[in-house]
Amino acid sequence: MLSKNEIIETVNMVEKEHLDIRTITMGISLLPCVRESADKTAACVYDRIMQKAENIVSVAETLSKTYGIPIINKRISVTPVSLITAAFSGGEIKIAKSLDRAAKELGIDFLGGYSALVQKGMTSYERKFLESIPEALASTDRLCSSVNVGSSKTGINMDAVSLLGKIIKETAEKTKDRDGLGCAKFVAFCNAVEDNPFMAGAFHGVGEGETVINVGVSGPGVVHHAIKNMAGATIDEIAETIKKTAFKITRAGTLIAREAAKRLNAEFGIVDLSLAPTPVMGDSVAHILEEIGLSSVGAHGTTAALALLNDAVKKGGVMASSNVGGLSGAFIPVSEDIGMINAANNGAIDINKLEAMTAVCSVGIDMVAIPGDTPASTISAIIADEAAIGMINNKTTAVRVIPVPNKKVGDSVEFGGLLGTAPIMKVSRESADKFIARGGRIPAPIHSNKN
Amino acid sequence: MKAIVSVIGKDKSGIIAKVSSALANKGVNIEDISQTIVQGNFTMIMVCDLADKISISELSDALDKTGKDAGVKIYVQHEDIFNAMHTL
Repeated sequence: MLSKNEIIETVNMVEKEHLDIRTITMGISLLPCVRESADKTAACVYDRIMQKAENIVSVAETLSKTYGIPIINKRISVTPVSLITAAFSGGEIKIAKSLDRAAKELGIDFLGGYSALVQKGMTSYERKFLESIPEALASTDRLCSSVNVGSSKTGINMDAVSLLGKIIKETAEKTKDRDGLGCAKFVAFCNAVEDNPFMAGAFHGVGEGETVINVGVSGPGVVHHAIKNMAGATIDEIAETIKKTAFKITRAGTLIAREAAKRLNAEFGIVDLSLAPTPVMGDSVAHILEEIGLSSVGAHGTTAALALLNDAVKKGGVMASSNVGGLSGAFIPVSEDIGMINAANNGAIDINKLEAMTAVCSVGIDMVAIPGDTPASTISAIIADEAAIGMINNKTTAVRVIPVPNKKVGDSVEFGGLLGTAPIMKVSRESADKFIARGGRIPAPIHSNKN
Repeated sequence: MKAIVSVIGKDKSGIIAKVSSALANKGVNIEDISQTIVQGNFTMIMVCDLADKISISELSDALDKTGKDAGVKIYVQHEDIFNAMHTL
């Protein structure tokens, strides 16, 4: 029998603490759409998405009302597009536009999967595909793109890393009328996961079923509230409370994920435990760290506090669901978290501290605006550093930076909505030119040899 | 199907009457009811059986109106969400 307090606790989580289901993401395999021409493939892609995801928005709305928990985003991820454009290299943009059109007509905010997996090598058609990314992001509104450049099993493809620096610069240039917004929809990964429901990095892996529902729960505000009245508590008591809170949040997500999958004739895939902040007050991961006892995120101690937060969330989450997956960690996107924005504005946090934090949480240098004149090789080097952290630590890492055209340190940029506001952060002025120009591959780490 | 109806707001006379008559109008049976004051707020929790007479979203829309008239917030949620979050 439910107690009165339990009912009130749930109501308050939604009403006062921003508990929500951050995203219901439908993964759709596009492999049956491979045709010999771009036009035919684009037509099939559009039809298939419209048919499979026809009811995603209405089902999410009904579930939201039934359980009284807001479902913020309805999204779609698709098979990495580079796999379906191999036969007609050069016609990739037609597929990008077709995906964007489907997203708009379905009323979903982002569709992910304009992606390529080049962690070990890059074919000629994949190189062409990568080169199409700036145009694809500039000529669409809702399409997201990602490229996996490394893994713990294969090492890091430095040719791809080198190319991505240039691609990110070109994307910024092509979307300079929107402060380089195209770059906010692109992420470079190491150890990319196939079932991530969060953007910009969602794609539907080839090891996945035909149509799968993955759900991203959220609730930085709920966790923050739970530890708010714990002055004097020890760290283990804080960890225990976070764990219990994560359990409850994840159970809510699992219930909704299963129900959504049933109603949408799809498989239930995973629940992603990631604590995903938004720029509104009371929904910040940075504020949790500050509640644990830091005067600002970025202080010495931030990495340790984040490690305990991330670990406690996972422990509660895996107890709550047998199907935990995706990225499942705390996100630290600078522009999307009010506490991070404040810390960056005050100079309390810099890109080096962010890099250290990514060693203990998901996912990486995320939504960081950098000066527009940052050289491509420096961006490649940021990607290489992050990929190395992921490769050596067997975890996913990522880079989503925006070299904002014509802006410098001290300026700030407003992307709007969930993408938020970002002060331009300083990057090292020392050069990695020669390192990046070498090309080749960072060999797989010793611990990849497990057989 | 069972739903939990939570009513939260400033205490004043007639809230229970308004909410329970709105439920009766929709053919909803109240199985359990409890009320308390939490941090100065009137809080009432009702366990309701909707049978197959009305969906939760329809009931939620109807009670939204009642809530506005009575100056309280009314939440209608499937009982499964509470069971999922609070029981092993």
